[in-house]
Amino acid sequence: MQLSSILPTRFRGGGQRRQLPARWHIGNRQLVQGISLLVVASVMIPVAYLVIGAVGAGQEGIDYLLRTRTIRIVGNSVGLMLTTTLLATLIGIPFAWLTSRCDLPARRLFLVLGLAAMVIPSYLTAVTYSEAFGPKGILQSALEPFGVDRLPSIKGFVGATLTLAFVTFPYVVLPVRAALLHTDRSLEEAGHSLGLNRRQVFRQITLPQLRPALSTGMLMTALYTLSDFGAVAVMHFNAFTRAIFIQTESFRMDKASVLGLLLISMTMLLLALQSRLHTNGRHFRIGTGASRELQTVRLGKFKLPATLFCAAVILMGVAVPLLVLFKWLAGHTLTDPIHVSLELLIRNTVGVSAVSALVVTAAALPLALLAVRAASRFDRWLVKLAYAGNVLPGIVIALALVFFASQHMLSLYQTLPLLVLGYAIRFLPYSIGATESALEQINPRFEESARSLGLTAREALLRITVPLARAGILAGLALVFLNVMKELPITLILRPIGFRTFATRIWSAYDEAFLSSIALPGLALILVSATVLFVILRQERVAP
Amino acid sequence: MEYSLQADHLTKRFNGQSPAVNDITLRVRPSEFLTLLGPSGGGKTTTLRLLAGFERPTSGRIQISNRIVADDTRFTPPERRKVGMVFQDFALFPHVDVAGNIAFGLRGARADSQRRVKQLLSLVGLSQFAERMPHELSGGQQQRVALARALAPEPDILLLDEPFSNLDTGLRAQVRADVRNILRSTETTAVFVTHDQQEALSLSDEIAVIFDGRLVQVATPHAIYNRPATVQVAKFIGEANFLPAEAHGMTANSRLGEVKLFHPKTGPVQLMIRPEALAVEFNDRGTPAVVRWREFYGHYQRLGLALADGVELVARANVDRYFQRGNQVRVTLALPALAYDPASDDTLS
Repeated sequence: MQLSSILPTRFRGGGQRRQLPARWHIGNRQLVQGISLLVVASVMIPVAYLVIGAVGAGQEGIDYLLRTRTIRIVGNSVGLMLTTTLLATLIGIPFAWLTSRCDLPARRLFLVLGLAAMVIPSYLTAVTYSEAFGPKGILQSALEPFGVDRLPSIKGFVGATLTLAFVTFPYVVLPVRAALLHTDRSLEEAGHSLGLNRRQVFRQITLPQLRPALSTGMLMTALYTLSDFGAVAVMHFNAFTRAIFIQTESFRMDKASVLGLLLISMTMLLLALQSRLHTNGRHFRIGTGASRELQTVRLGKFKLPATLFCAAVILMGVAVPLLVLFKWLAGHTLTDPIHVSLELLIRNTVGVSAVSALVVTAAALPLALLAVRAASRFDRWLVKLAYAGNVLPGIVIALALVFFASQHMLSLYQTLPLLVLGYAIRFLPYSIGATESALEQINPRFEESARSLGLTAREALLRITVPLARAGILAGLALVFLNVMKELPITLILRPIGFRTFATRIWSAYDEAFLSSIALPGLALILVSATVLFVILRQERVAP
Repeated sequence: MEYSLQADHLTKRFNGQSPAVNDITLRVRPSEFLTLLGPSGGGKTTTLRLLAGFERPTSGRIQISNRIVADDTRFTPPERRKVGMVFQDFALFPHVDVAGNIAFGLRGARADSQRRVKQLLSLVGLSQFAERMPHELSGGQQQRVALARALAPEPDILLLDEPFSNLDTGLRAQVRADVRNILRSTETTAVFVTHDQQEALSLSDEIAVIFDGRLVQVATPHAIYNRPATVQVAKFIGEANFLPAEAHGMTANSRLGEVKLFHPKTGPVQLMIRPEALAVEFNDRGTPAVVRWREFYGHYQRLGLALADGVELVARANVDRYFQRGNQVRVTLALPALAYDPASDDTLS
């Protein structure tokens, strides 16, 4: 099972291109380039409007940029990013190592449950944490016998860090686990034969080999934290995304644009750092496919503490959110003031997610083809720009589209097409990534064979390449579906009035403090997400 | 026109680099088996891809059975060239079964193509495997499916790109013979690329030797081996000894005494002598030498010989005689030698 397939490709470590070049065979290229250009233009127009908005703020914008409050926001976001990444790494490395290489009891189950934390959106985890660890929460009632009648609030920095660390630690686990499993066993054996003991082997051989995977995981965590809206909004922590949301809601577009542009420059900086580390990572030797079974590390007397550690991680990542949701479900009999039928929520959520996934997948195919066969500098630039969604946090995309619509297309504002466009910009990289890596696996000689057997370039594409890439394309589709379903800020800002999804329902129920109304949409969201994720991973396993 | 394939002054240059294929001219007669032989990275595969239509020549002309498929103004895409291709990695479509792979290039009525698939399956001896998927076949079987697939639409020429290099050594000889027999029985015109000189010598009607994108020699296997055009070709194909000598007409004076030459020549030359052209005896006729080493191969033995002045020669001898290190022997040249200009190759050993 290649769990790393659920990460956007640009983050995956150790990917190597096939050595044989796939050349363009005269015919398709102009068409593919044309469609790609159209897609990239739709992605870039809102970004352009963001820049226009920020520049339009002029001196006022610069003043705003230098205000103490703005600087504090930057400090908040950077601080949150650093502590979250550190905490997620401290959880992720041991968790990955214990569940991949050690004789932990039921380690497979631990792994799957740990990764399940990914299907719970950050806002849902945040909401349940503030209930469980709040002043009068579950933790407090458990501690009551010891005379604790009130706990300090976890709202703010602590709550946001805790939430995001337990939401993002799987992003550390996945690449680290992949690297651990692909470690060349003979390297470790060579270490032993040179007289190193187990600890020395781990520190001097295993750990250095993990560095590229680890840096990938840490940067993904950092990027996630910087772009996340749900957790900081719920925890009332004044990071970038929350500040932008507040400015956008009150239509202070110039200020929102300045903040948005600042945030994008930070995410771009991170991604630039990532791609530099990534190229360095190639020097590491990672696995040659058919390697021998790796030796399982015996934990001995550390087995009990190790098991307890993993159990605690799962308690925080999965059990607490689920327990709180079930507790709310039990109390659900309380009348819900804005009664929304679950059926309508399901129809809206699944409908908009499915449509968006299809749109994104169709738009991604030409770009993935360009990426695999990029012949010219122009092609490579198109692909790079299409990956913009990786550095554009949802809230920034929402802001840019509001700005764009309010200037030119007022009729589009708060309509489904604009909402779908927002999702498309955000999640296009996921689909391109999945399709691209599927196409990369396909031997370019297949198309050439088909050509010499009398098929035109287009026929070869449709009869050979697309069917062979089907599994990857479908995985990308499911991945986009999953993420659209969980998406919060774009949905909140761009949805048509009265259009409710699981995410918006959870948000408004929390906002209006009808916590028990969170239970049903929350559990439904988790259930559907888990199913989709399961399908993706199944697909991976049966794919040739 | 009497040729199935004619390529004239073919040149291919990738983005301003030095040409991968440099002014190559080839002629292939109907049912002929031509091999492009040369070291890896020497431009053989690029030549083949130009013929197939996967690359556009920078200049030159290609004509397949009277149709010009590429020149300065025209370019026929691969699907309209009537050229079959067998790839190094076979490139069988993994999502289609054996019969489907073979039928892939067939147009027209379903019944006709089914008949043709059956015919080809029996030709390559895989009638029972029609419904297998490619990954369920052995390497040799995949090879034969690839061949059947390429032959199915009755191409005017068949191109084979190192088709045996992915097979186990044990299997290779058999598959090679099978492929050759199938192509002979179907009277297929074929162009075959390999870097393996044994393969080229044993299979081809003609061999075209390509070094650094240039055509060096085109001739039958026999002529290429016995009369290589240059020292480089002599070294690439088979094993060769080189001895400096002074030629005068049909003879030359060398460390092996007065030897006969294949072509008349005068002045300083280097002689090319194949190891099997040296006769090694225990009698007292010929140049004295000492056996330095011996490698036994069953059907022949290789001997390292040192002449009195230290010059080393490699000889191939029958196995009816028992040689040992340190044996004093006599060497004579049993066949006429080829003489090359001493400056014709600066890598002279």
